[in-house]
Amino acid sequence: MSIQTTEIEYAEHNETRFRMVRIFGRLIIYGLLFFWVFISLFPIFWTLTTSFKTAVDVTQGNIIPWVEFEPNWKGWRSLGLSPDSIWETSTVREEFLKRFANSIITSVGASSLAILIGSLAAYGLSRFQYRFGFMRNSDISFFFLSQLILPPVVLALPFLILYKELALLDTTLGLIFLYTLTVLPIVIWIMRDQFDTIPMELDEAAQVDGLSSWGAFFRVILPIALPGMVAAFILSLILTWNEYFFAALLTSSEAKTLPVMVASQTGSQGINWWSMAALSTAAILPLVIIGIALEKYIIKGMSAGSVK
Amino acid sequence: MNTPDATITEEFEIIPDRITDRRRRIGKWLMRGFFALFVGIFLIQSSYALGFTDFGFENWRPVLYGYLAWGVALGAGQVITRGEPGYRALFVLPAVLFVISVVIVPMLFGLAIAFTDYNLASFEGQKFNGFDNLVQLVQDDFFWNAMRNMVFYVAAVFVEYAIAFGLALLLNADIKARKFFRVAFLLPFMLSPVAVSWMIGKSLMENRFGPVARLARNLGWESPAFFTDPWIARLSIELMDAWVSIPFIMILLLAGLQAMPKDVIEAAKVDGANSWQNFWKITFPLMLPVSATAIVLRIIFKLKLADIVINVTSGGPGGATDTLSSFIFREYRDRSNVGYGTMIAIVYLITIIIFITLLLGFISKRMQKMT
Repeated sequence: MSIQTTEIEYAEHNETRFRMVRIFGRLIIYGLLFFWVFISLFPIFWTLTTSFKTAVDVTQGNIIPWVEFEPNWKGWRSLGLSPDSIWETSTVREEFLKRFANSIITSVGASSLAILIGSLAAYGLSRFQYRFGFMRNSDISFFFLSQLILPPVVLALPFLILYKELALLDTTLGLIFLYTLTVLPIVIWIMRDQFDTIPMELDEAAQVDGLSSWGAFFRVILPIALPGMVAAFILSLILTWNEYFFAALLTSSEAKTLPVMVASQTGSQGINWWSMAALSTAAILPLVIIGIALEKYIIKGMSAGSVK
Repeated sequence: MNTPDATITEEFEIIPDRITDRRRRIGKWLMRGFFALFVGIFLIQSSYALGFTDFGFENWRPVLYGYLAWGVALGAGQVITRGEPGYRALFVLPAVLFVISVVIVPMLFGLAIAFTDYNLASFEGQKFNGFDNLVQLVQDDFFWNAMRNMVFYVAAVFVEYAIAFGLALLLNADIKARKFFRVAFLLPFMLSPVAVSWMIGKSLMENRFGPVARLARNLGWESPAFFTDPWIARLSIELMDAWVSIPFIMILLLAGLQAMPKDVIEAAKVDGANSWQNFWKITFPLMLPVSATAIVLRIIFKLKLADIVINVTSGGPGGATDTLSSFIFREYRDRSNVGYGTMIAIVYLITIIIFITLLLGFISKRMQKMT
């Protein structure tokens, strides 16, 4: 009570000053927020608008569409994706669509495989006690998570030679295996966190009802853990969709993914900005859409296990 | 990493399956048989590859199939010989077999080629050259240069962390349209580093027409060039990497802020502490565990930094922006030097393991002192 009175007195004495400080604080907060929104979104906005520019707009540095320059389909036409060229045959579009399809197959394939074996392992580690030689549960968990610190370069060159011998070089399947490995620790991390929050009583109840351990997992636990799985899946999808290093080393013509295609275009000199911008836009657009639509799951996945 | 306590096994009452001796024998022979098959294929193929025998396969693929078949048989064998515990083992078995085949095997293989002069461009084939690669590495200025650059990049994580903390505090403040700001702040994280290389490195920061260069000219920098001076180039690369990954740290810290006990903060407000004191006395110490997680994870990812460097500067000017990964990438791409490249990679891995272990040890020691 006494505290409130003092507060009111204080406020009365300094009412105007207090209000000023408050408004000023608000201004700073929103100012900083919008500043960072600008930092985050301007490069995306820039890429999107540049794909509608012509050479003059690029050299003059026009930024705002319809005000400073008239949007033009030139960049998209060079990809064969503008309204007037979409029905015509275009080798660039074919190439692009092939890379796009490769990216989808590898990222979805690797994420699914990682979710499948990762969830199983995470469930096992969260529920049962294992003993494998000297390794206990915590050691097995650590074994999986420690893969996270493995930099891709360490595996890249041995894989190059191994894949050549296994006839897996430049195949989507080979890439899927490697990508699965890169996201598996993250999936196990998220899913273990998820299963640990589901009470054991549910498993026991399911087993009393006559379900086996696998039946309990699929019928009872999995539906509850589904949001966590979605989060892990989307996070894997982002990481594998954007992966460049392995793809650049291990694919050449058949299994090349979108980032490799984008990279090979940036290497060529001469500023063909509009088509580069169109290509970059097409490469980032799927994830921008996923990011906006499924932001909740991404944040859930990223913050899993960090707060206990 | 908390382990489920040991009582868990007892809570589940395992009804022992009646496993007859015959069943157990069948399971054992199944596992042994397929293991023999796998080893057999491997031996046939290796003797063929080494030129001892004429009989063999076109490539090593059959060995992979043999491994897969053995994996399946191993799983089936577990269930047949052990019943319920076998079923439980099936949960982790696929992941374990998978990781062993794609990590342990290539690592051993990598160790073997690290001590050879393996070069894809040479026709003579590889031969063992002992510690030559290691000697070459110690004398390689580019290697040490890349290592020094990594120190800079890792140190920059703390700046990223400070900015991310500020953003997390902003998002956690009493603001309207929080979801919009959160999504906008998160978006850079979704973008492919390769696309970012072009979007920022090659167009926004382009010397003549890029808006950043224009801005720099307006601010009085006569002829802005972001990738010619070593320090400016390094900073530019770091800037791009920070742009992509600050959201990652920010989300972790935001989760931490939201999980913070509200009553503590309320109590502090009543005490009349201003928000600055509040932050350093309450928020920051409470956030230390989350901060440690975020920084360690971020450092781990930072140590893999390669895509942006490869695509924007390919390590230049004069190796000023090189990371270890981009350096090895070029060692392979330009010189096909697989043996030497693998040796650098393994030395790098050992360095990372030592560094991360020391870091984790340091953090857990500090944490114990705090509490």
